[in-house]
This record gives sequence, structure tokens and C-alpha cells, in this order.
Amino acid sequence: MFDALSDRLQAALDDVRSRGKLTEDDVSKAMRQVRLALLEADVNFKVVKEFTAAVKDRALGQDVLESLNPGQQVVKIVSDELAAVMGGAGRDLAFARPGPTVILMAGLQGSGKTTACAKLARHLREEHGMDAALAACDVYRPAAVDQLVKLGAQAGVHVYEQGTGRDPVDIAEWAVAQAKRDRRDALIVDTSGRLHVDEELMKELGQLRKRTKPHDVLLVVDAMTGQDAVNVAEQFAETANFDGVVLTKLDGDARGGAALSVRAVTGKPILYASTGEKLGDFERFHPDRMAQRILGMGDVMTLVEKAERQLDERQAQELERKIRRQEFTLDDFLVQMKQVRNMGPLQNLLRLMPGVGQQLGSLQVDERELDRLEAIILSMTPQERANPSVIDGSRRRRIARGSGTSVQAVSQLVKQFTQMKKLMRQMSRGKMPSLEQLAGGR
Amino acid sequence: MARTWHELFDTGDDVPPVPAEAEEEPKRRGFFQRLRDNMVKTRQALGAELQATVFQSLDDEAFEHLEETLIYADVGAPTTAKIVERLETEAETGELQGGEDLSRRLRELLAETARVNGDRISLTERPTVMLIVGVNGSGKTTTIGKIAWHLQRELGRSVLIAAGDTFRAAAAEQLALWAERAGCDIVRGEPGSDPGAVIFDAIAAARARGRDVVICDTAGRLHTQQHLMDELRKVRKVISAQVPGAPHETLLTIDATTGQNGLRQAMLFREAVDVTGIALTKLDGTAKGGIALAIAQELGVPVKLIGIGERLEDLRPFDPDDFARAILEP
Repeated sequence: MFDALSDRLQAALDDVRSRGKLTEDDVSKAMRQVRLALLEADVNFKVVKEFTAAVKDRALGQDVLESLNPGQQVVKIVSDELAAVMGGAGRDLAFARPGPTVILMAGLQGSGKTTACAKLARHLREEHGMDAALAACDVYRPAAVDQLVKLGAQAGVHVYEQGTGRDPVDIAEWAVAQAKRDRRDALIVDTSGRLHVDEELMKELGQLRKRTKPHDVLLVVDAMTGQDAVNVAEQFAETANFDGVVLTKLDGDARGGAALSVRAVTGKPILYASTGEKLGDFERFHPDRMAQRILGMGDVMTLVEKAERQLDERQAQELERKIRRQEFTLDDFLVQMKQVRNMGPLQNLLRLMPGVGQQLGSLQVDERELDRLEAIILSMTPQERANPSVIDGSRRRRIARGSGTSVQAVSQLVKQFTQMKKLMRQMSRGKMPSLEQLAGGR
Repeated sequence: MARTWHELFDTGDDVPPVPAEAEEEPKRRGFFQRLRDNMVKTRQALGAELQATVFQSLDDEAFEHLEETLIYADVGAPTTAKIVERLETEAETGELQGGEDLSRRLRELLAETARVNGDRISLTERPTVMLIVGVNGSGKTTTIGKIAWHLQRELGRSVLIAAGDTFRAAAAEQLALWAERAGCDIVRGEPGSDPGAVIFDAIAAARARGRDVVICDTAGRLHTQQHLMDELRKVRKVISAQVPGAPHETLLTIDATTGQNGLRQAMLFREAVDVTGIALTKLDGTAKGGIALAIAQELGVPVKLIGIGERLEDLRPFDPDDFARAILEP
């Protein structure tokens, strides 16, 4: 549905080189594509206008034509500008010494505040070694306190709660005093979701801010938010004067233009990104990556980082040695497969690759196919895994029965593995296999 | 056009006496007034801009502002382009004679786009099974509570809620409180248990107790999470194996603040569980929910319900004309 902006710009600027001169008209044509891409990404209309005007100036002022590829050059300018608007390198929270650092979380209903609170608490504990606690001040949404208590237990942090009978401002004040007494390093205050136009609840948020004197106020924003993000951010900035933003639900396929809008109208940085169902799916925000995402250009850095987190150096070296000596067995294959799968659903990984996200469209990666491969290998004896050539007809039948698959599936796996080994041998000798060989795995 | 609860829901009963027009009118205006009041609270320049241009002229500037208004309402570039193009053609051929004509036709076109066939909800089966799906935080649980309350109160149907969200912490507790407010039954499972099993038990219980409607909650999930969408497919299969022809209604909740991603949500949820209608929630903010127009236009899935506040009665049948007016009026 969405074409990559780079492809569109390519098309718009295709004939430029043959004419040898980049005119203002060419740039305007390109800017129309940029404008559409940004609108599809939900960047605010007004922000888009200002942004394209700025980019146009820069594109005209540069020797775009000098480069071999004017389309790519314009994409680069756009992506650089986007990253610049979203605020250079990430920024940290303001930590109070001595503690507790009080962090107030606010946002619309359903933006993901409660989950973000627990994730942030876990993040502070894991990444900063802090003793973080939570305060349950959402007394309005049914069972919100229960939810925070359960999430707190999962995150392994203490939760200060007094049920739903008291005024949330009183509870917050009490929790801050308790956290001080208990010498916590940080206290994250969960508040109920509120509409930015709800005067009463916005007044209450102002009170919460006044009475808890937080060191940081964070606005939680759903990455799927549309044009309204600007209204929301402006109102919350006025009432709660927030310091930064947590962008949630980034594991979906929303381009997340709201991030740009919020930053552009309030000037507040986006500090964290929430990227999945697990409490550990929470990370520092990277403006440059977000810029590429908004433009539909994939996110290679995140992919590389995910890989780094899963594969440790020593294992990688061991693997390399095995490949060189041709000792790579089905057991190693199994370990490899598990590591890749630990990085998340394959679908999501593929989406991070430039160009693939678009091509993938509605094509689905069948994770169950991988389950089947695992089952087949696990049904083999250690001897069979080390040396698949011993697998004869009767072993095949046994393995198929054991793994709940067919004899054909077992044969195919063995065949693929043998071919893979052959390729590895070629590669370790320094020969790059041809694409046909790689693709002809089956 | 669905306006009253009786008009939205096909109960199979004889249609109750339609209230006289005189009585009907103030009630409708009351609701619309409320919706508008809610939207008026923070007045941004956008509405005022449209008012200023549309009512004045038919020039390029008018069309530019018109486009701007639709984009701001999250209608999206493709659907906006289609509407603007059509109006431009009509202006060129002289069908439109000025600013007033333009705004009238625009309102008509928006309502036309929003109006999709099959926008009623049938309750003629016993039990009628409704499945509610949507991304995290879109308002499933709240919407279920409100539907249950209305079905019990307005239409006199006995409702049983199936707490199929066994994943999110305290989701069942939240739903139980809504069930209590609505005064209906609820069937819950253990946290982390199989949602299909919980819903199976709930439908069995509804049959045993002779309940009219079963509303099935499901855990919020992003449409890109393949394994969770597969789980949803399975839940649907469990339901249709148990009750042939069920679920009779599959509602997707979409947060009105959602931008262009709403279209992707509708596409992928429809692919997985054959969504039959949209519940557009949180329309009481400043968001206009224009993505519903793109969904109607591109996918032909009608909006059936709108959520306009936190109270039980703040759920309404969707009305295309009111919606078109709300998108344009400041």
C-alpha cells in the first residue's frame, strides 16, 4: 500500500539527469512526493508544509545533481532534516541525587501509560541499576490499580497503592513520601488516562504536578496517532509542562509521524520507545531511525542491534571455526535458528530491512514451518544430527513419526542441510556463491 | 440510517412504535449537541478556517482549505483527493454555484462515503454471538460494557460477557466491573488460559442459562503480530464450530485519534476474522475519526457504533449525516 519514498522520488527525478539540470520545478515535483509520504505517515499538515519548505530550500541550494543519483540525494536531505527536527541524539532523564527521582506519566486513555510505567521501572532497574518503584494513581479506570500491581510484580518492582477510594493527588503525595522513607532511587507515578479537553481532569493533572514536584513529566503517545497528536501535545504541554515523550506501540506498522508532530510543536524530545508485548521491549529513542521509518526506509540499525544482543562474540567465533572445518552439524543449525527466532517474529525482522517492508505487503512468514524443522531435528539421535548421511529409509520414517511430519519433510531438510554445508564450504574458501545457488536451496 | 438503537439493531421483533417526530428531534439534537459541545472545548483554528472559506467562494483557495480540513480530520490523502477531485469537476461543469453549494455537496459526499450497506446488527439468532477485536488501547473493554448495558436496557436482551482477554493483567477484573454496571453475567477463565476455551465455556453457559446475546472480549493485539492474529483466527473457529453461522457480528474497535494506520488495522483484522463493522471510539476529544471514511471507502466496512464519552450511555449508533457534519463543523 505504501511505496517507499525513495522509489517515488526516484520516479519523480528520473529524467533530471538526462536533461542535466535540476530546476525548481523538479524539486517542487519531488516535494509533492515528500509531502504525500509525510501525510501518509500522519505527520501534522502544518508541520509538513513548513518542513517541505525548509527541505526545498536546502535541496535547491545543494549540488543535488553532482551526485550520481539525485533521487537518493533528496531522500538523504529529507531524512537528515527529519532526524534533526526530531532532536539529534537521544537525551536522558533528569535524575535526582539523592533520590527518589519522581517521574510523572500522563497521556490519553489507551495510549499505553500503565504498561509504559512498568516497562520504564524495569528499564531503570536493569539499565541504570536503580531501585525503582511504582505509584498507582489511576483510580478511575476499572481495575487499573490491579493491572499496575500485577505488572509491578512481573517487573520485580515495588508498587505503592491505596486502592481507588482516595483522591489520586493524595495517593501520589503519600507514595512520594513512602518512596523517600524507603530510600528508593526512583518513583514512577501512573495516572489515569484523560482527554486533553477534559478541564476537570487536566486541572487534576496540574495538581499532581504541583504536589508531587516531579523531576520529569513524561507524555505517553501512541505511535498510531493521527493529526490530532498536535492538539493533544499542546494541551498537555500547557497543563503539565511535560519534559519528554514515550512513544508506544512502535512494534506495529504505523509510520509514527506523530513523533515528528509532537516534537515540532512542543520542542520536547522523545526519550523512549515501547516496541512490544514483553516488559523488556522498551528502549531509548533514536531520532535517525525514526526518520527512516517515517520515510519507509527500513531500520538496519535496530536489526543489527537485535542481532548483537542475541549472538555473543564467542559463539560467533566458534561458529566460524566450525564452518571453516566443516564441523557444522544440525545441532549448530538448531542453535542458530533459535537465536534468530529470539530476535522476534521473523515478520518483524524482515520489516526492518530496507525495501523488504514494502515488498512483503501481506505476505506472511509461516513461523510454524520453523517449528516443524525444529521438531524434525529434535527427533534425531545425536549421531544423526552430527552426520545426517547415516539417515536411511527406516530412520527417516522414525524421525517423521517422532516429529509428526512426513518422510518427505525429513528428506527435504537433510537435502537442504547438505546443500547449505556445500555453500558454506565455498564461502569459507573465499568464493561467493551465486545467487542461483543460494536461492536453489530446495 | 441508524439513529436509534432499534434502528441499528435488527431484533426480529415487530418494530416498536416509532416515537413521534416531535419527540425524536430534541433527543437527536441533544446527542449531537453533546458531541459538538465535546468537540468545541478546545477550539483550534482549523474549523474556523473552513467555515470562512467554504461559505464564501469557489476558488482555488477554497479547495485548498477544504483539502486541509479533510487531512486534519485524518481522512487521508487518497480519499481526500477523490472527494476534492469530484467537487472540482462539479464546480467546473457549473453544478456548484458558490461557497454554499460547495459545503452542502461536501457534506453530502462525506455522508455518502461513510454510508455502507449492511450497517445494522442482527440479534435474531439465539444466542447471537458478537466478537470484539482491536489493537491495544482502542477501547474494546469499555465498548463491550456499554453495548451490554444498552442491549439490556434499551432492547431488553439478556447479555452474557465472555472475558476472552486472558493476557493483559487485570483485564478480566476490568470487564467484571463493567458487567456489574450493566447488570449482566460474565464468564471468566484463569489468567493466561486459552481464550478459545473461555469463550467456548461462555457460549455453553449462555445456552444453558438461555441468554440472548454473548459478547466476546479478546486481548488487544497489534495487527502485525502474526501469532496473535492466528490466535484470533482460532478463537473465531472455535465460535463457529460451536454455533453454526457465528460470530454473527465481528466488531473492530478503532480509536478516533488513529491516523492512517487505521486502514491497515481494518485490512488485517478483516483478513483474519472477517470484520463486519467498526466501533469508532473516543470521539469526544478533538479527533474527528476521519480514518473511518477511508475504511468505508477502501474496504466497504461500515461504522456501526461511536463512543463519545466515559459514561455507560456514551455509546451511540453511527449516523453518516451527523458524522459528516461533525467532521466539517467547528
